[in-house]
Amino acid sequence: MTAASPNTVDPAEVAKFEAMAAEWWDPNGKFRPLHLMNPCRLDYITRQIAAEFGRDLTSEAPFAGLRLLDIGCGGGLLAEPMARLGATVVGADAAPRNIPVAQLHAEQSGLQIDYRHTTAEALAAAGEQFDVVLNMEVVEHVASPLDYLTACRQLLKPGGLMVCSTLNRNAKSFMMAIVGAEWVMRWLPKGTHDWAKFITPDELYGLLRQAGLDPVDRQGMVFNPLGWSWSLSPRDLSVNYVTTSVKRA
Amino acid sequence: MKTDTDVLIAGGGLNGPALALALAGAGLTVTVVDAQPARARADAAFDGRAYALAIASKRLLEAVGLWSGLADKVQPMTAVKASDGRPGEGPSPFFLDFQSAELEEGPVGYMLEDRHLYAAFLEAMQANPRITHIPATSVIAQEPLAAGIAVILSDGQTLTARLLVGADGRRSGVAERAGITRSGWGYGQTALVAAIAHERPHGGVAQQFFMPSGPLAILPLTGNRSSIVWSEADEAAKTIAALDDAAFLEVLRPRFGDFLGAISLCGPRFMYPLNLTLANAYTAPRIALIGDAAHGVHPIAGQGLNLGLRDVAALAEVLAEAKRRGEDIGAADVLERYQQWRRFDSTTLALGMDSVNRLFSNDNPLLRAGRDLGMGVVQAIPALRRGFMRQAAGLSAGPFGKLPRLLAGRPL
Repeated sequence: MTAASPNTVDPAEVAKFEAMAAEWWDPNGKFRPLHLMNPCRLDYITRQIAAEFGRDLTSEAPFAGLRLLDIGCGGGLLAEPMARLGATVVGADAAPRNIPVAQLHAEQSGLQIDYRHTTAEALAAAGEQFDVVLNMEVVEHVASPLDYLTACRQLLKPGGLMVCSTLNRNAKSFMMAIVGAEWVMRWLPKGTHDWAKFITPDELYGLLRQAGLDPVDRQGMVFNPLGWSWSLSPRDLSVNYVTTSVKRA
Repeated sequence: MKTDTDVLIAGGGLNGPALALALAGAGLTVTVVDAQPARARADAAFDGRAYALAIASKRLLEAVGLWSGLADKVQPMTAVKASDGRPGEGPSPFFLDFQSAELEEGPVGYMLEDRHLYAAFLEAMQANPRITHIPATSVIAQEPLAAGIAVILSDGQTLTARLLVGADGRRSGVAERAGITRSGWGYGQTALVAAIAHERPHGGVAQQFFMPSGPLAILPLTGNRSSIVWSEADEAAKTIAALDDAAFLEVLRPRFGDFLGAISLCGPRFMYPLNLTLANAYTAPRIALIGDAAHGVHPIAGQGLNLGLRDVAALAEVLAEAKRRGEDIGAADVLERYQQWRRFDSTTLALGMDSVNRLFSNDNPLLRAGRDLGMGVVQAIPALRRGFMRQAAGLSAGPFGKLPRLLAGRPL
């Protein structure tokens, strides 16, 4: 990465996701694994936000008044639930084809979401500020995780919260995420993930601190092949895991 | 799109209102469209219909706030006795005796008359600001949209909802219009249902006599009254149903026995042809089925309503969780969670009851000896007996090992 290129997005990665954009909202289509994982991700995200900002999830529009950014929003699988819970949502994606797909679906759902073809770095440079930044399964796709996480920190208001998930790097994650998900189950197109870019939880905590954030929680997301569903685990971070960090006021 | 209501429920019998109350408690708005006119209130005379509520069903009624108003109207069942018999011979020496003490959770179940349960549901729905009740109106058309479903009612109005729930019985119009096919068969049997007054107290004991032509269940109501569910082959049932009350009792007496003293009728008689009808899917785009619309089972052991309330508990929990997460409650992946959770459980239970009935409705002497022995074995092994009871009481979790929160008496 050169100083002349402030964009940390790897163009080869963006092109791969563009090809899949139209399939976003089919729960049995190519994005089935994301749809399966979504309840687990949403459980984690909603509880972290509710705890940090003192909101009651059983109330009407519990996230009203919160400005939220979903980076790598894709078709809006996270952005729409956040808008439904009352947040003011900006969805950003580096793949231009995702934006009209997400916009169309939000309109059909009767939701107001500001989808933009942009990057975390560009938003940070424009001085945008958010209470919550969702950074789900993105960091393993960027060219420079530290530069990227630094931009994310700049996007947070003081006291703001970032949820960041990614994949651990070890023999098991290679078997599960590359061999299992891409080669055997064909859940993801071959080459979706580059195992060498996976990050261990300790490495991620280190990067978050270097970026000026304060990591406060991490949990595993574990696939249960019997129930065909995902659940949170405080102990098993061996493959997929999710973290929360705050920007101290 | 903005919808008129979050959930529209077609069917205002018992499962529909139970679901409406559970969903309203989770913050959703619900419209209940009932083809029947709202029936008279709690002062209605006893019409002979009653339900055997499993413990789990009682817990659901507690969780939706109905039980406290019903507690003085129920008859607790302290024991269930199942025995094999032939008219005039009395029960065989081998019988199953389920005592509630073995459950360690109080009675094995509760008998409750329809007039009390229905009135409690109606009153609770009318008092709930999140529930709109539209009686004497039916759903005549439905059209799934991108983010909801449009429903046309018989009074001409069109309503939109995120989700349409078919709680409209074993001939579900919602399922039929959605193109959901059904599997099933008749049993060649008809159930005769009536309320019986008797001389001696029943002591809260429910009796199930397995007769060659079909089972006779004697279920304790309050006072010296019991509800009978008497199954006979179709032709015989038709003949018996056509008899006047005195002749009906003459045919019943040798089957009923004299253990409760003299018997008489204390309400109208009903006749229900028995059949099994399972929907081949529990969901369709923007549609979920509950109760008999999903699975009309043999009413042996009174599992029909209990099975329906398990659907209610599971669907309410799936939708309440989806709402808390901000998900679209009518989306295909949300509905799939409900289908996965319920389908295996209700199909195995339906087929289980089917085979129990086939085994017992038979006069083959070998089978008879076998089931006498079988009941003796079950009776002799307390762990097996408790397992049977927990399953029938709805206290054991489904195959996915997760009991719905409402059935455990916990809030959503």
